[in-house]
Amino acid sequence: MNGSGGAAPGNDCLPAGLKLRFAALVMILLVVIPIVLGRSPYYITVLTNAAVLAFISLGVWVTFSIGRMNLAQGAFALVGGYVTAILSTRYGVSFWLCLPLSGLASAVLGALVGWPVLRLKGVYFAMITLSLTEAIRLLALNGGVVTKGATGIVNIPRPGAIGLFGLTILPEFNGADPLPFYFLASALLLLGIVGVWRLSTSRLGWVFRSLRQNEDLATSIGINVAKYRVIAFAICCFMGGIGGAFFAAYHQNIYPATYTIADSVNFMLYCFLGGLGYILGPVVGAFLLIIAFELLHAVQDYQTLIYGILMIACMLWLPNGILSLAARRDAKQRARGS
Amino acid sequence: MEQMLVNGVVLAVNYALIALGITLIFSIMNILNFAHGQMFMVGGFVVYYVYGVYHLNYFVSLVAVVVVLGIIGYCFETFFFRRIRKVATREENSMLLAVGTALLLENLALSIFGEKQRGVPPVVTGVFRFGSAFLPASRLLVMLLALVLIVGLLLFVQYTKIGRAMRALAQDRELTHLMGVNVNRVSAFGFALGAALAGLAGGLLITVFGVNSGVGNVYSIKAFIMIMIGGAGVVPGAILGAIVLGFAEAIGYALLPGSVTYLLIFIGLIIFLLLRPQGLLGKPWG
Repeated sequence: MNGSGGAAPGNDCLPAGLKLRFAALVMILLVVIPIVLGRSPYYITVLTNAAVLAFISLGVWVTFSIGRMNLAQGAFALVGGYVTAILSTRYGVSFWLCLPLSGLASAVLGALVGWPVLRLKGVYFAMITLSLTEAIRLLALNGGVVTKGATGIVNIPRPGAIGLFGLTILPEFNGADPLPFYFLASALLLLGIVGVWRLSTSRLGWVFRSLRQNEDLATSIGINVAKYRVIAFAICCFMGGIGGAFFAAYHQNIYPATYTIADSVNFMLYCFLGGLGYILGPVVGAFLLIIAFELLHAVQDYQTLIYGILMIACMLWLPNGILSLAARRDAKQRARGS
Repeated sequence: MEQMLVNGVVLAVNYALIALGITLIFSIMNILNFAHGQMFMVGGFVVYYVYGVYHLNYFVSLVAVVVVLGIIGYCFETFFFRRIRKVATREENSMLLAVGTALLLENLALSIFGEKQRGVPPVVTGVFRFGSAFLPASRLLVMLLALVLIVGLLLFVQYTKIGRAMRALAQDRELTHLMGVNVNRVSAFGFALGAALAGLAGGLLITVFGVNSGVGNVYSIKAFIMIMIGGAGVVPGAILGAIVLGFAEAIGYALLPGSVTYLLIFIGLIIFLLLRPQGLLGKPWG
């Protein structure tokens, strides 16, 4: 298959160059942006959204790396959001405990559902995951007292302070200042990038790629295909759950319609627009689209229409994503230099 | 009980139209038409405007549906999917393109038709009674029309020249090309036909349920469920899937509150796929 060639360039020869780029990203996210934009809550809010949506999309990217088109990420974000909502409103569990628990709950559910569902490939997997997004929404809608149906769960407490031995390490999040949420979102995103990067350069990453290229061949050399694809899917769901938990605490509410099929499709669109062959693909895609649309107020009514057109255009003329343009330029420069 | 059966038959026959349309496109193009539900919705709106607003004959409006959706399907194939077949490096590209067309149609519809739920006056009036079950004449009409269309489609695909070409295309694209079939033309025709079937189903069901510009995904999912139950790309499977889904819905809606039916259908589907991932009549794969 031709597509296999597209995956490698991002991963093979990176160490020095990529570390540098990553350091630049850390600086921009954690130092430059807070200093430059720290006083305008609006932009910080936009960037917070972009960062966490990019984090969730990174999960979708992981399922792409095993060759599955995952349209269920919205469902797992919803699960994560509800876990945080229920634990924190009903049992008063701290957000900092809810966050990992939400990811874990999503991952466990993902593994349970994924085990049968991942036997499907290609369009079949896309169909069943799309149905799954709808199924989880219906589950939330019919959850009775647990999920409170269509009224949703509101007044979810914001993350509290973290203290150690009486010392406040992290102050309580309050509504007036969006920066703490921004830092949390950026930290999540950076952790996500490092995690996925480590993952895809580890043995596991190579196993995942082998699954994408040929599952039968992978089986024949002794790879437990069923186990590894469930692992990939659970990682994806974990990230979806974490993202959902973040937004639940950030918006302080969650409804069955918070994540719909459109969201699942958007997560995938971010991956594609940025470029499936690159770890930073979903990040670039998400930031680009979200910031672009926040800046273009005039067309916001037509946002999804433009998403549709963009998606078609991207598939027809830029099937390997925006980052493939940069890769092409790099290759040209290298050719000229040598 | 009888009422459930009657409702089930009406639903199953109309769903079969949807399932056959998506199966047609899937088998000859190897593309999953994510926009199928949106095409259904556009078909409903065409009937709403031609029959409901401009008061032309209902059958004229159905012809209009075939023309409009045929053009949409033809254009999708000619301008989008033909190119993606050439440039695609991954299987996902054509799927995502299909998702893009669905978004495009849905949002165009939202801009043009607005968000309101639209219905049309009944085409025929009167109610038939079977035992304890009631069957409004309008539902009977919809059911009969759908039946005629299904039989017509099956005969068309079986006996006409272009029908044979489509079946050949489903078996082996390259070999069909070698046999001198104009593959591009047949693909475009097949896509147009599949789109027209989706639109016709919408045009028929609008008389029963009405339509709004957001129903697309609901019907796409129904189409997916049907072909997952029956087996993708298999004509008898599509009909079987439609029967299963139609009756499951009719029984569920009669006995359970609102959206619990679909929740149970989804759970059932996942368990079913665990046992038989290729569907009831599909060929085993991977």
